[in-house]
Amino acid sequence: MSPGRTITVDTLARVEGEGALYIKMAGDRVVDVKLKIYEPPRMFEAFMRGRHFSEAPDITARICGICPIAYQMSAVHAIERALGVKIDPAVRLLRRLFYCGEWIESHALHVYMLHAPDFLGYQDVIEMAKDHRAVVEKALRLKKIGNSIVHLLGGREIHPISAAVGGFYKVPTKRQLKELVSDLEWALEASIETVKWSSTLQFPDFEQEYEFVALRHPEEYPFNEGRLVSNHGLDIDAAEYEDRFVEMHVKHSNALHSVIRGKGSYLVGPLARFNLNFDKLPEVARKAALGVGLKPPVRNLFKSIVVRAVELVFACAEALRVIAEYEPPEAPRVAVPSRAGVGQAITEAPRGILYHRYAVDENGLIVTAKIVPPTSQNQKRIEDDLREYASHLAAWPLEEATWKCEQAVRCYDPCISCATHFLKVVMDRE
Amino acid sequence: MSSKKSKAKTKPRIGVFKFASCDGCQLSLLDAEDELLGVVGAVEIAYFPEASRNMLKGPYDIGLVEGSITTHHDAQRIQEVRRKCRTLITIGACATAGGIQALRNWKDVEEFIRVVYATPQFISTLKLSTPIAEHVPVDFELRGCPINKYQLIELITATLAGRKPNIPNYSVCMECKRKGNVCIEVARGIPCLGPVTQAGCGALCPSYDRGCYGCYGPMETPNTESMTNQFRILGQNDEQISRAFRSFNAWAWQFRKASEECKRT
Repeated sequence: MSPGRTITVDTLARVEGEGALYIKMAGDRVVDVKLKIYEPPRMFEAFMRGRHFSEAPDITARICGICPIAYQMSAVHAIERALGVKIDPAVRLLRRLFYCGEWIESHALHVYMLHAPDFLGYQDVIEMAKDHRAVVEKALRLKKIGNSIVHLLGGREIHPISAAVGGFYKVPTKRQLKELVSDLEWALEASIETVKWSSTLQFPDFEQEYEFVALRHPEEYPFNEGRLVSNHGLDIDAAEYEDRFVEMHVKHSNALHSVIRGKGSYLVGPLARFNLNFDKLPEVARKAALGVGLKPPVRNLFKSIVVRAVELVFACAEALRVIAEYEPPEAPRVAVPSRAGVGQAITEAPRGILYHRYAVDENGLIVTAKIVPPTSQNQKRIEDDLREYASHLAAWPLEEATWKCEQAVRCYDPCISCATHFLKVVMDRE
Repeated sequence: MSSKKSKAKTKPRIGVFKFASCDGCQLSLLDAEDELLGVVGAVEIAYFPEASRNMLKGPYDIGLVEGSITTHHDAQRIQEVRRKCRTLITIGACATAGGIQALRNWKDVEEFIRVVYATPQFISTLKLSTPIAEHVPVDFELRGCPINKYQLIELITATLAGRKPNIPNYSVCMECKRKGNVCIEVARGIPCLGPVTQAGCGALCPSYDRGCYGCYGPMETPNTESMTNQFRILGQNDEQISRAFRSFNAWAWQFRKASEECKRT
């Protein structure tokens, strides 16, 4: 075995977007880690200027085909705040249901189709389906049920068309929602099984100290509302976000690195939400977690697959609750005044918090826009984790060490389209 | 293992390639939950990084290309992709029309970079976001932002069978009529791009009480001048009309021309 080497993954697979990873090692010491994002920049914040605020949910959805609803939700809430709009409580409920659909779709995709092959030793879900066809069929059905919620509320799964500032263009009837119930009841059971199944996988022994950052709401597991909190005492409103967090531009990435001012990297996403909001999970989700011995704080990144499964249980249970409570609003959306204003919002995308800020002029045109997606917030943290993790793998054969490092990155379910986009892993051992 | 491989070689090989885009169109393939296992049984997915670590070398029988060309590197990469693919199909508004990022084409890109990035010299990008067909010959363009997954499956099936795909290029209006939708433009005065936009979405927006915003791009021979006049009758000013044409298919030439002409008249 040579004393040093480079781990290189040219194209990191099963992530959304295009990036590379480069790790340089001298013995068991990691000299350099770069998560290189070379997805071409698309510059949404620049071309949003001069567009009408009503277009923001449709345009920003196009940042990411995997989590368009997150973009639509952060956009409408930020603009509603800028214009002082109060939405109907029924619309608030529907937006939670909309998000449940996206979480189910996205988590089912990641748990089974992108992440599980790593644990079971396959290159992809297609290969996995040859030996585990029933598991894959269950995954596809679960994913489809999430998509059916999005389809009903938004017209289509990718870039849905119904979300509007002030509400929706059209809202479903009670009867339409009721038609989802039997599928969701199946999905709830399937999700509970997913928690059990995922907990039996083999996890590397790798725990880290993290600053977990997530929304927290007094009554519910967070989607669209709440204060931004952390396990290290952060407790702020969305309006204070830019006072506390700052984006840095590094040469090796077309995505900006976000850090907490004066501190450094932090972690957003399922682990952060679970650790900070465990008490707000519905009984059924808490029971599923405790049943497999999962309780906060979870500090092993690789266990994020089990946490995602717990969030699947939550999303199915929450969808059923919303459907049971739903009474259609008087109007699909409330009137929106034309006035100048600035508004910020944070919502919980499947991968973690998504921040939007808009300044709008008296004609309703956007003057400035700022968007901080979850993956650019986790990017620095991914590098920090790899610096630590790669040093544990110094004695491993290069090919296996490389695969392990890729797996560590995939635990984040990174969405590079969002952060900009292509993941390529290089491990350099001197 | 080796017998497995030789069997797989008899299946048509598909490669999925990404340029500047949101990933949504290639995700459509994974979103075809009921058809996915059937599709992967009929073809060999030889290159699809979003779904697999297996990245096999070309040539490919079918190349699906998502995204627009926005960097020097990508302008070269598309030439290589073309050489490796017997049939090259572009999917989605980015690949077929330059996408929403083509809004830069009317602006100063250097200024754009300064707005988004603190250290502009780290960023390398072209002045224009352009569709794939401006760089290499394309065998079929599948429209939509995002594409319709059933149209994608029809297109793959037709290509493998060597027949013409059944993908109409008439307008969204035809889909509205077929669904029995009352015309929102005529009856309710809501500006709607349906008359000049290609069908394929199933007349989604009019079915959800809003005007079509043109995400499937221009239909064959659209009368954009008449559309502009109709928007004026409905009280839209030149800026609003120009913005309507300049969204996800802004750089498609019919919409580009309409967005510029409405400001001149």
